Amino acid sequence: MTRKTIIQVRDLIGGYGDDIILDRVSFEVFEGEIFVILGGSGCGKSTLLKHLVGLIQPKSGEVIIDGDDISQCDESTFQGVLKKIGILYQSGALLGSMTLAENVALPIEEYTDLPDASLDTLVSMKLNLVGLEGYENHLPSELSGGMKKRAGLARAMALNPKILFFDEPSAGLDPVTSAGLDNLILQINRSLGTTMVIVTHELQSIFAVAHRIIMLDKRARGIVAEGDPKFLRDHSKNRFVKQFFNREAET
Amino acid sequence: MTSAKETPSFNYTLSENKGALTVHFQGAMDASSAPPLIQELIPLIKKRLPSSLILDMAEVTYLDDFGALILLELKKILSPQKADFHLINTGDKVTEMLSLLQFDALGKARDLEKKHRSGAFIRLGERVLHGVSDLGYVFSFIGSVVLALLYTLTHPHKLRTEDTILYMEKTGVDALPIVALISFLLGLIMAFMSSAQLQQFGANIYVANLVGLAMVRELGPIMTAIIVAGRSGSAYAAEIGTMKISEEIDALYTMGFDPTKFLVVPKIIASVVTVPLLTLFSDLFAIAGGLIVGVFMLDLTANAYISQTIKSLSLFDVSWGFSKSAVFALLIAWIGCLRGFQVRGGAAGVGQATTSAVVSSIFLIILTDSLFSVILRYWG
Repeated sequence: MTRKTIIQVRDLIGGYGDDIILDRVSFEVFEGEIFVILGGSGCGKSTLLKHLVGLIQPKSGEVIIDGDDISQCDESTFQGVLKKIGILYQSGALLGSMTLAENVALPIEEYTDLPDASLDTLVSMKLNLVGLEGYENHLPSELSGGMKKRAGLARAMALNPKILFFDEPSAGLDPVTSAGLDNLILQINRSLGTTMVIVTHELQSIFAVAHRIIMLDKRARGIVAEGDPKFLRDHSKNRFVKQFFNREAET
Repeated sequence: MTSAKETPSFNYTLSENKGALTVHFQGAMDASSAPPLIQELIPLIKKRLPSSLILDMAEVTYLDDFGALILLELKKILSPQKADFHLINTGDKVTEMLSLLQFDALGKARDLEKKHRSGAFIRLGERVLHGVSDLGYVFSFIGSVVLALLYTLTHPHKLRTEDTILYMEKTGVDALPIVALISFLLGLIMAFMSSAQLQQFGANIYVANLVGLAMVRELGPIMTAIIVAGRSGSAYAAEIGTMKISEEIDALYTMGFDPTKFLVVPKIIASVVTVPLLTLFSDLFAIAGGLIVGVFMLDLTANAYISQTIKSLSLFDVSWGFSKSAVFALLIAWIGCLRGFQVRGGAAGVGQATTSAVVSSIFLIILTDSLFSVILRYWG
């Protein structure tokens, strides 16, 4: 079975100012897979994610999302791409002046013609899905970090995008909530076929959800390993990869 | 009887058999097909009022929560009539999605508890209580600022000198161009307006007295203070407010720093030093503005204008204006920092604090200025 490529990155050179953090990075993500980007601190995981969603323009190279090269396309094509993706930011990034329900309803109201009553029901369903039933009228400032993150997920999924990006979804969550989030990711992936791109370094969560990973390294300024996480853990020859998966300190 | 409706990736057909209505869905029930379908199908079913409704999901290729919403809306319109509701031929994926959404429980949709809005009296009471507790904080903040200033006076080496100099630059030096421009124009306007009146009495030379006295005693300190409140008071509030919501203040506190000494004292000292100097510049530029009008419109010589200005001003007038502006500076820095520390919530809180810092500073400046006038009236 040939799988359809949904994200393709070719020879991406990226960074901030004169600093090059990613040097000639190429990889692809297939439709419907859970793809994890991992690596130590400062290796460029978050920078890569920002390039993937068009928040930073690459210095050179291509980022093709569902057929459109977002590094070169015009504004209207880019707007079209944005409707196909949803992003869960590290601390939720909910708009502080709106309630949770309003935050989740915002993209739905903008891009669909649902009648108001149905909209409310749908928003409740979405909040229910992430375990936040009854919190519709709360402001983000009244929630804990984990709850903000879950609400952020409900908003990222508002239009059920084809691709969901997660920036460190389990960071700062307790193990139970974190495992719950992993389950939710798996369930959504299975029942909706959503492609997931996750930036994380939580080992347990990687083994629980990832179909395929790439590992970035600061010294290589790019990818040092690619493949199935369990296979890499047991068979990789790369010293850094072994250290990472076995939680060994740098010697 | 059969009717059909097509959308690009989705359509449905209706068939009726002895009062039982069957809807056959075909295609993807998602965000693009749900909104038109809900607007169309619901009124149609409502009109027919079937005794039982069967939804045939055999040909549904995709169903997400938008799709589930369609089913839920249909279920809801039937429940008041206690009509039968059946989902048939649900595939694995559809079943999984519905169980993930806990669809069966959703049927008994509880009405959302709307946030209770309390009555006018309760809200008034809440406001008063809130105001009182805020007032408590205001007093404790006054106390902590006084203590921190006293401590800095007795331990001058503990002052964060670099920060203080930086704030002096931001509050004083950077404000000089705008203060100079506004004061110059103000002097120009005052001289211009008053000359029309004074000319009638041949009292041209008194334009110098008017501009000099008004600026040095009143307008110089007030204009400068208002500009500084808008530029720096707001900046103090925004800076401290942002630090507060990003837990930087907590971090300072737990590292053993007193946030008041660390953040407030440098700002107060910088303002109290630079604002009077700015006021002096403001006075000079306004007099220069008056001089321009005097020389070019009233045929006065520059010498005569300047010596008349010097004659009209006493050292007391200058130091009076000078000390007023020092007090204004203290108030601006204090209220800016206070509003910063009072920030709650997120970005909107910072915006509110910034607005409130400017409004309260201007109010306090005018209020204090009237107190100064009263004092001068009985003392001078």
